Amino acid sequence: MTDKKKNIALTGGAAAAEALKQINPDVMPVYPITPQTPIIETYAKMVADGEADTEMIQVESEHSAMSATVGASAAGARAMSASSSQGIMLMAEVLPIASGMRLPILMLVSARAISAPINIHGDHQDVMFVRDSGWIQIFSENSQEVYDNTFIALKLAEKAGLPAMVIMDGFQTSHSVENLEILEDSIAKKIVGEYNPKNYLLDFENPKTFGPVSLPNSYFEFKRAQIEAMGGVIGKLIEINKEYSDISGREYDLFEAYKMDDAEKAIVVVGSTAGTAKVAVDELREQGEKVGLLKIKLFRPFPYKQIADALKNAKQIAVLDRTVSFGSVAPLYSEIANATGKKDLQSYIYGLGGREIFKEDIKKLFQDNWENKKVKYIGLK
Amino acid sequence: MKLGKKIFEIIFHARGGQGAKTAAELLAQAALLEGKFVQAFPDFGPERTGAPMKTFVRISDEPILTHEPIVDPDVVVIMDETLLGIVEVSKNLDEQENLIVNSTKDRETISQKTGYVGNIFPIDATGLSAEIIGEPRPNTAILGKLVNITEVVKLESVAEVFREKYLDKIGQEKTDKNIQAIEKAYDSI
Repeated sequence: MTDKKKNIALTGGAAAAEALKQINPDVMPVYPITPQTPIIETYAKMVADGEADTEMIQVESEHSAMSATVGASAAGARAMSASSSQGIMLMAEVLPIASGMRLPILMLVSARAISAPINIHGDHQDVMFVRDSGWIQIFSENSQEVYDNTFIALKLAEKAGLPAMVIMDGFQTSHSVENLEILEDSIAKKIVGEYNPKNYLLDFENPKTFGPVSLPNSYFEFKRAQIEAMGGVIGKLIEINKEYSDISGREYDLFEAYKMDDAEKAIVVVGSTAGTAKVAVDELREQGEKVGLLKIKLFRPFPYKQIADALKNAKQIAVLDRTVSFGSVAPLYSEIANATGKKDLQSYIYGLGGREIFKEDIKKLFQDNWENKKVKYIGLK
Repeated sequence: MKLGKKIFEIIFHARGGQGAKTAAELLAQAALLEGKFVQAFPDFGPERTGAPMKTFVRISDEPILTHEPIVDPDVVVIMDETLLGIVEVSKNLDEQENLIVNSTKDRETISQKTGYVGNIFPIDATGLSAEIIGEPRPNTAILGKLVNITEVVKLESVAEVFREKYLDKIGQEKTDKNIQAIEKAYDSI
């Protein structure tokens, strides 16, 4: 029976809900906007069925959802939310308030395209839009990583005193049923632990204020402190990853280097496409081609040093972005160029608004000439 | 399955609301029960009742890494005969592979409408479910036929998963009848 319960098949959204059930947060303000995801749908049912006793607050908009999450977290509760696409857009004003107030909020995100034109499908435009909001951002490849990252990001947020997003690909992961192993409840509970906030509003013995006015004589210092806190995240994540890997038996690191040891041509990719790309790499390797891939997990803060090291032997590098930065280079490309100091990387844009990407596309791009420095588009009609 | 292929791939064609997604997930859970690796996902789009939709299932003895849509299926299931001739159902489906259609039409008519000349298995899953369950629910019944032809999972696994998932929701009688419909479709010629 125990074994049976450990190996299950769930959508990425339901896998996030399964982790939430074991975490059992105090408060979860949510707004069921379209496009909502199976995350809230599944978790709300669990709470309604008495499997968790989170106070679910159904608010009137995503802006309110994040505002109420900020309020609950500042009061001293373990508070979380979930969102996607236009929901993230509406929350955008409140996201830097959460990080500026240094609240360890956890948010599950099913990353999707943003309007206009209207599109509910998967890409990374929503989460890339808020990449400078001061939140930790961790990407997931599949249901298993969504589940595991939910615990890892919660620990990290609470240790770093910063909010964190666990990101899954809209549809490709959020709505796909896949195998995963889940932790025993007792082990999950031990990982999660009791939440003891250092600073919170309902601490009447030590009254505090959150988010007050800070004028030119102090604002800059607050931001500097926030930069410091973000800088400390990588070290903390390395520790948490190690602990979590030991407990779960699944290896977690800042990124995943796949067949990179002797790779001459390497691609950098993030999210569910990494899975498809691994199959492409495997097949090319069988033909004797020295190819590999680097899958980014932690995107904010960006682990420049470690990633530069992982890419140092690759002769040629291509970066795949599932988003755009209008009038500039794509975000992941920009980070990899910065990390490696190489200006001659190949940039690919793919999958906007849910456009499919196939293994054959990835195999083909490895055959491309990566030296003409022009941005290329995969699957564009 | 084609030579060298490690993952068994199924495409369900249906109309929104006919339960293709449920059928796909039941099949995936049945395979999981047998220790297999699975993937079940709809061809993503706004779910509109009555509109043509596709859903995919992958089953394998090894972990499944890819996240691309299925383009080279081993079997195609059509849940609604009004889709014949409307959607392309036989792309990359070889002659020795299988097309299962919920229909009262004969093989020849289906072949003409789809242009597919391989193995065609018509089954009146709507009629069968109406007769046994008392409701037109072709999605469960058609699984019986699929299992019979492909042997990709055991019939008992499908029945067990169905029971586990639906007993509390729809009660003993309806659960039994659904399983009966699956079994009858399995036995049908």
